[in-house]
Amino acid sequence: MLSLGSGGGKSAKPSFVSYVTPEEINSEKDTPKEEKHPDLLPGEVVFCSASTVLKLTQDELSQRGTFGTLLCTNFRVSFISDEETGEETAPLFKNKLYGENDIPLSCVDNIYGGYEDKRKLVTGSQVKNKYPSKIIIHCKDLRVFQFALTFCKEEDAKRIFQGIVHHCLEPKSLKNIFAFSFCENTAFPGMLGNVCFTKLVHNMQQRTMMFDSAEDWAQDLKRTKGSCRLVTENANFGLSPNLPQYFIVPESVSEADMTLFQGKGLPIWCWSHHSGCALFKTSNLPLQQEDNVPQSYMEKMLTAVAHNYLYSVKTEDLSDTLPTVQDIQLSYSKFKQFFFIDSTTDFWVSDMKWFSSLDNCGWLDIIRSCLQKAMEVVECLEKENNNVLIMEDGGSDLCCVISSLAQLMLDSYYRTLQGFQSLVQKEWVAGGHNFLDRCNQLHLKDKENVSPVFLLFLECVWQLLQQYGPAFQFSETYLTVLSDSIHVPVFSTFLFNSQHHRASILRADSSHSQRGTLNCPTVWDWSVQFDCKAQQLFINPLYAEKPKLDKSMRRPHRPKHQRQLSLPSATFKTPPKKGFFKDETDSLKKILRVKRISRWMLSPDSPQPSSTSREFYEAWQRKPLDYHGLLLPCLDGPAVRIWMQRYLRWIQEVQIFGGGLVTVLSKVSDLLDEVQELQRQLDRHSSSLTSNHQRPRPRPISAETDSRLSVLLSSSFPFTTLKNNWSYKPAIPTGLLQSLMNSGNLADTEDDDQESLVRA
Amino acid sequence: MASPVPIYNSNPLDTHSSSTSRESLKMDLLADVSLLPGEERVIDKDIIYICPFSGALKGKVFITNYRLYFKSSDADSAVMLNVPLGVICRVEKMGGASSRGENSYGLDITCKDMRNLRFALKQEGHSRRDIFEILFRYAFPVSHGLSLFAYLSQEKYEENGWNIYKPMEEFRRQGLPNDKWRISFINKSYELCDTYPTVLAVPYKATEEDLRKVATFRSRGRIPVLSWIHRENQAVIARCSQPLVGMSGKRNKDDERYLDLVREANGTSKLIIYDARPNVNAVANKATGGGYEGDEYQNAELIFLDIHNIHVMRESLKKLKDIVYPNVEESHWLSSLESTHWLEHIKLVLSGAIQVADKVSSGNSVVVHCSDGWDRTAQLTSLAMLMLDSHYRTLRGFQVLLEKEWISFGHKFASRIGHGDKNHADQDRSPIFVQFIDCVWQMTKQFPTAFEFNERLLLTILDHLYSCRFGTFLYNCESARDQHEVRLKTVSLWSLVNSSNDIYLNPFYTPESGRVLYPVASMRHLELWVSYYIRWNPRIRQQQQSPVEQRYKELLALRDEYLKKLEELELSDSPSSHLAHSSTSNTSLPAPSTPSQQYTHLQTPF
Repeated sequence: MLSLGSGGGKSAKPSFVSYVTPEEINSEKDTPKEEKHPDLLPGEVVFCSASTVLKLTQDELSQRGTFGTLLCTNFRVSFISDEETGEETAPLFKNKLYGENDIPLSCVDNIYGGYEDKRKLVTGSQVKNKYPSKIIIHCKDLRVFQFALTFCKEEDAKRIFQGIVHHCLEPKSLKNIFAFSFCENTAFPGMLGNVCFTKLVHNMQQRTMMFDSAEDWAQDLKRTKGSCRLVTENANFGLSPNLPQYFIVPESVSEADMTLFQGKGLPIWCWSHHSGCALFKTSNLPLQQEDNVPQSYMEKMLTAVAHNYLYSVKTEDLSDTLPTVQDIQLSYSKFKQFFFIDSTTDFWVSDMKWFSSLDNCGWLDIIRSCLQKAMEVVECLEKENNNVLIMEDGGSDLCCVISSLAQLMLDSYYRTLQGFQSLVQKEWVAGGHNFLDRCNQLHLKDKENVSPVFLLFLECVWQLLQQYGPAFQFSETYLTVLSDSIHVPVFSTFLFNSQHHRASILRADSSHSQRGTLNCPTVWDWSVQFDCKAQQLFINPLYAEKPKLDKSMRRPHRPKHQRQLSLPSATFKTPPKKGFFKDETDSLKKILRVKRISRWMLSPDSPQPSSTSREFYEAWQRKPLDYHGLLLPCLDGPAVRIWMQRYLRWIQEVQIFGGGLVTVLSKVSDLLDEVQELQRQLDRHSSSLTSNHQRPRPRPISAETDSRLSVLLSSSFPFTTLKNNWSYKPAIPTGLLQSLMNSGNLADTEDDDQESLVRA
Repeated sequence: MASPVPIYNSNPLDTHSSSTSRESLKMDLLADVSLLPGEERVIDKDIIYICPFSGALKGKVFITNYRLYFKSSDADSAVMLNVPLGVICRVEKMGGASSRGENSYGLDITCKDMRNLRFALKQEGHSRRDIFEILFRYAFPVSHGLSLFAYLSQEKYEENGWNIYKPMEEFRRQGLPNDKWRISFINKSYELCDTYPTVLAVPYKATEEDLRKVATFRSRGRIPVLSWIHRENQAVIARCSQPLVGMSGKRNKDDERYLDLVREANGTSKLIIYDARPNVNAVANKATGGGYEGDEYQNAELIFLDIHNIHVMRESLKKLKDIVYPNVEESHWLSSLESTHWLEHIKLVLSGAIQVADKVSSGNSVVVHCSDGWDRTAQLTSLAMLMLDSHYRTLRGFQVLLEKEWISFGHKFASRIGHGDKNHADQDRSPIFVQFIDCVWQMTKQFPTAFEFNERLLLTILDHLYSCRFGTFLYNCESARDQHEVRLKTVSLWSLVNSSNDIYLNPFYTPESGRVLYPVASMRHLELWVSYYIRWNPRIRQQQQSPVEQRYKELLALRDEYLKKLEELELSDSPSSHLAHSSTSNTSLPAPSTPSQQYTHLQTPF
């Protein structure tokens, strides 16, 4: 089956980019080779190139590096070394679309021009005839490249600089994004992503639910035993382009309600708790009208939500208490700068104030406040059995973050790999997160809409993963790769602002193209990027599946859980109409504010969790931890951490050679392989016993897994592996004393002689 | 001593046990304390423990000559405290007989292990007088002319931990003596240096007379002696105290010549001298007669490592305690952590040790000293050895390392910890050893497969650093230990550890001899040792075992089970087909899908 990707070209070609299909190799081979080319992808076109470019090594001070050719295509900026890098040891973890010296165009974060000692941020339209001696590229996946142009022909240098600047920084139309030419030239058999995992995933839903069909929604509703109404009338966006094709609303919402404000204010079902209460999200209604229509509409909607089992509703306007998308963008843009390290000196200087720098940019606090908010939602559902309606202006940013985090904490299905992908499809893709605008895939100059909201979500997931490793089927590497994939302009997942947007673009496109509807892969088609072996690193070896046998024993577990946690529900259940909507005030906004649970959310500047949610956490924490049950994050200072793998993986100075958690995880994972192999042998044995077949002798373990151990790992594995040079020097911090307090009275006795002695 | 006592007792870590069932609580509240042999009950009393996490808890306190034990009587929040009295730093009365407010009258106990304990008593009848006096007396026996518990303990272990370190054996392991280095017994009765061990390794060419001359020029006679030698390149780590240069810049030809002998021994052109102190402190030490090696030392290079003194470290840990106990500072946690400088000091110590290890592995001999050579020097040499020599990364090797570099070379444990001493404000106290263990923990964190021992060993060591249950960390130096007959009259901590060593083993340990471990001494990797410094906080989930470890052990067990099954099947299967056939027909299994049954039934037919 699917030879696609397992790369017939891999062994034959000593290159870092392999073809998508073997067939493509042949078709591309015909191109004349006057210049060095990367192995181009289908639909990839070279715009410009320059030879004798010097790619500098990380350390800015040394002018060492490799000579090669720098190219700019419609997919990437690519550097091809002149040196034959004998790739006898194929890297274990290799992206099939781009190699270690390639930068997909949308992955470029900033370009700097290096002029002698200074560097200047390149913002686009430059003076035509000038070019810097050095191009410095900061990537969104935190890589840093430096190319010296001093050795190339002036014409070439000018052209490549302008080409790169133009294609990476200038606005483009959606149609010019590489995905469109790529997909036009490639046939995807569809949903390949799961192939590699079938042998690893034994139970649960085997596939990623795309939530682009009524069945997926129905299935999820059924799985959570929710009783709401599945709306199919919007399949062709007849109700509203703002709404997903399919969605679920409270039962009493009528079709007329759905069209009234183009879907705004409509409570969209997210997830149902086993107690019967459910989580909904909505976008805020426009408030400009003076009449009472929006207010009464909102009341009607709230009644509809509350009507579910007569639970009371808690509403929360997330924009009141969580940072805005602009805040998120601002904080992240400060945060990421700490990881663009230009030189060793830089590194050690910034090491001094590392903790306070991190603290000051506020990124960890934003993560903390999202997790905190999600935990409060969980508390309402789990402890108080209230329906929860979260809202914000667009209903597709923080609503997505909070609702998906709450579901991850509550529902272990979403902590499986397929479950997680389904969750992203449900809440983010079908939920209409504006990926195109938020990720600025079109390089628009106006960055008002740009914000790493989805990355923020992945950060929060990572926090949960590092606190409760065994609860997740996917690994940290999976999350890191997913975060990188946002900026690989090939996947339909991140290219559109909504389902309607996607449909309209694709429909328009198919009318022009001869091939019919474009078939872009989704990011979940992992084999587009990685072969099966690499994909194995997406599986967390600590994850143990829910034990299946004791289903009968586990049954009473849940109610017991519930009994322990929930307070007498009578005090919380206020009959609808009476409790919740009684005091009607003139402004809708006011109603919502009054009714909002007052302890819900702290002001943004005081990240202290409210005392009751603290109690909720502590009560949960006192009980034995069940990795397949409810998970709550610890938000104490030391517990919220930096996602080291994502942010520090390219920085030489922090690599621990032969160390890091990976050394332990790889042992677990090797042992897991061994156990699974033994299990297969036992199975084979028992079947051969009955059928009296010839049975192969049990081998201890395949040589393949043995070789993995022998590769000396570094803490940045799998993103960098040690390249044979075992003779390294340790990183010795420089300039240590500056930041330490002077030891008082002794400080002033320094003199020059001693100074020179030290340096001698 | 009627009740049977287990051979080893659980360590005092498990204090907040909440799993006690109601049934057991109905019994005598204190029935579940198993006293150590030699431990005696002194007093018990109804008391209120003011728990910073769960509020005021009624219960009973129970004091022996070894520990303070408290158990709450409230079944719903069963809180238990089990505190060796040695941990207590300070006992104070809180409030007076006329104090108003609930629970305002009682005792305030400051501990050396990052916590404070508060107890409230009834105001009537001077109810705290007796307990205060007893605590004061038994927590500070040395100040009261009493014996430390280590001398009262009657514990017996299978193994005698005092035998773990034999200097000659350790030298022999390193390949000493050889033609460049000899063993000297000049200090056998502590005449040369009363804070050094009796057996020393010195350059072959240095005579006993030379050693005596050098001793006059080194602070407290702590001459440069070999601590470790690299098997291949013969580079050594030598340790000593500062030279007595003084304000006038005195020189000592013997000392200069002696250091050149150290250099000469492996034939390199330059000897590297690491002075652990910051440059300014070294200069300032001249005023008190000390100093550092100047240009007069030919073929030597001096490098300062900028590690601060014991007072700075003490203040730093105090600040750390302020932000983690009882509650973890929440707003701007990272900035608060940075302002304690604790991790920064850790970074300096580690990076100093990395430099030492790097020089030695590239073939240069090094001399390490600070002022007296018993604090920073011990940190640097022992950490460098941990990086260079995989033997010290084993469970027993680590014990040897501590015995050698810390205990025998006179790290002043008694002064730094203040065992049994009521003088809590003593300026000699400092958490130098804690800092060292923290550095080791950082290394184990960065190299989780390189150490045979686990975090639990490090925690146990730190607990018994204070507990006074074992003789291991008592007194300042070997001569004092001899004088007080520690080895005869007390039990070694290693007796406890080595009699139950499987709980201290790291399942991920992969021996790799000959590999030098260089940790990354960057703030990016250094982290606060939460499971030590914040372990009293119930919000920090205390895992008996890390989930990774747990998963690994489960898988190991599963593998063994499968292998065993397969082996059984092999045996029953292989000899000949009809035998195998008969075995299956004999047992007549209902279904092959129940492998465990299969295993029990399918016994080998032989």
